[in-house]
Amino acid sequence: MSMMDSQRMQRLREFARPDRVFDFMAPADSPVDVRHGPILYLEDVSVSFDGFQAIDDLNLTIDDGELRCIIGPNGAGKTTMMDIITGKTRPDRGQAWFGSRHNLLQMDEPQIANLGIGRKFQKPTVFEALSVSANLELAMAGDRRVWKTLLARLDHEGRERIDEVMEIIGLSGERDRLAGVLSHGQKQWLEIGMLLMQRPRLLLVDEPVAGMTEPEMHRTADLMTRLAGQQSVVVVEHDMGFVRSIARTVTVLHQGSVLAEGSMDEVANDPRVIDVYLGGDESSDVREGT
Amino acid sequence: MSLATVFKRNSLLDERSTWITSVVLIVGMLAVVVLHALPPDHAWHLNDSVVSLLGKYLTYMLLALAVDLIWGYLGILSLGHGAFFALGGYAMGLYLTAQQAPLAPWQAVMAHFPVAALAVVLAPGLLALVFGWLAFRSRVTGVYFSIITQALTFALMLAFNRNEMGMGGSTGLTRFDELLGFSLSSEGMTVALFVASGVAVLLAFWGCKAITRSRLGRVCMATRDAEARVRFIGYRVEHVKLAVFVLSAMIAGIAGALYVPQVGIINPSTFAPLFSIEVVVWVALGGRATLYGALLGALVVNYLKTVLTGVMPDAWLFLLGGLFVVVTMFLPQGVAGLMAHLRRRREVTA
Repeated sequence: MSMMDSQRMQRLREFARPDRVFDFMAPADSPVDVRHGPILYLEDVSVSFDGFQAIDDLNLTIDDGELRCIIGPNGAGKTTMMDIITGKTRPDRGQAWFGSRHNLLQMDEPQIANLGIGRKFQKPTVFEALSVSANLELAMAGDRRVWKTLLARLDHEGRERIDEVMEIIGLSGERDRLAGVLSHGQKQWLEIGMLLMQRPRLLLVDEPVAGMTEPEMHRTADLMTRLAGQQSVVVVEHDMGFVRSIARTVTVLHQGSVLAEGSMDEVANDPRVIDVYLGGDESSDVREGT
Repeated sequence: MSLATVFKRNSLLDERSTWITSVVLIVGMLAVVVLHALPPDHAWHLNDSVVSLLGKYLTYMLLALAVDLIWGYLGILSLGHGAFFALGGYAMGLYLTAQQAPLAPWQAVMAHFPVAALAVVLAPGLLALVFGWLAFRSRVTGVYFSIITQALTFALMLAFNRNEMGMGGSTGLTRFDELLGFSLSSEGMTVALFVASGVAVLLAFWGCKAITRSRLGRVCMATRDAEARVRFIGYRVEHVKLAVFVLSAMIAGIAGALYVPQVGIINPSTFAPLFSIEVVVWVALGGRATLYGALLGALVVNYLKTVLTGVMPDAWLFLLGGLFVVVTMFLPQGVAGLMAHLRRRREVTA
């Protein structure tokens, strides 16, 4: 009995060795050129909607393998920034580069996604009419053309990867359940799992812990830190506790441009930041709000 | 890899509804053929006109299948699928008239069956390709797409009504004699057309089932429910939509081509917006996104129509409208949804 337990323990240790990342999390070979610096480069980006300046001369650089947290009050332009990076919104002015070779402003959503930018939405969006494993299967990196998709078959390797990801996101028991019946937190995790299946170089994660319980939040924080290093991760989050637990560098957005950038402590002590965001009674609103 | 592997791998008959539907279709078809073969004075004998009527139902079922493929699985509500049906029908009509005297010199080429057969799928397919490419590329969705499909079929109705089109104007194409060298009124032609329609329904049903069970089918359902997400995962949504839309139009065209020789006429009224809306009602009634629901809905509604227009011709449209209202309000999943619900309840209580 104890023999078996120790064996199982051994296997678990081997599976979750802290000194290396899971194989499937390692990014697939991608054509992105990061030899000359950052993986994401935004310069003087501006966009306005009906006269409202959503993004105003935004400059942002994300290094390869970096974990960056972006905070800012509502309407600071966080989601619009993600829309621009993923090709949903075209800016009026400015530059957006993925590595030093790919101009994001000349590509549409599927091209950008296939190049290796994955996105998690603020509101969890999973395919509710499909099972958990089918959701992951669709997100799996592969040939996305119509004919190839029709003929695609889930091979052994793919099935193992789905199993592994389900293990990570804690949904192994829900394999054949419809995604629509999962709890809010489980949907958040499923969406993160779908991102993992995509093997992106850059992950854009919009409010990953919204609606999560405390333990779920800790697991998410673990996962985000583990992902960084291999992938670059940009997290937009309102929950200051969560940001503090994972952040190395924090960027504060305000009215569509960068207000401050630095470590959590530097940022938190910046008088301008305190003024617009962290200061006064607002901080508690922000923590609980949205 | 070939298409055959898609069919094999998805093990078509593992789903109970697919199995039952296939058996019902095959047994039903055989029964009709046998009953038709009985001596005419036998009490159970089915005469030619009944067999033709059932054959017409089969072509409607095929059309409903085409609509369910894009509406049920891809969420594209086409209110103009009658146009593709009619185009296939006109292609067949041109072939049949060209056997005797083509209406216009260019139509002589349609006298060759392979050319006509190609036209049956290519005419609706190309229209769907151009129309779909423009619409999906511009991300026209939802009710806007439905409205322009209505406009499409209405415009075609006006065009085919004009004599300059060389399509027989408002009379359409009729007075057919021969198909593939056999007289349309000959012994066995009625049954042959009925069987051809039945086989087409069966093949289309299996084909659609294979597609909806493939990964592409799951991408379709994902697109229906969360289109933006599918784009950000990296699928080219407009290509998926275009491919399935064109396929659906081609199936509708084949349905039209089988319809024409059994009914004996094709005219612009098939392009009427109302007909296309009626098709959608069949599918809604039977139940979306099940395929067998579409078959069931088309059969039941058209049978009711035949019976009721005979008894009380004025009441039919009220009944059709009433049925649609009742189904939308109380049975959003149609009859198929109701059956699934009852089955689940029985399993729970058992």
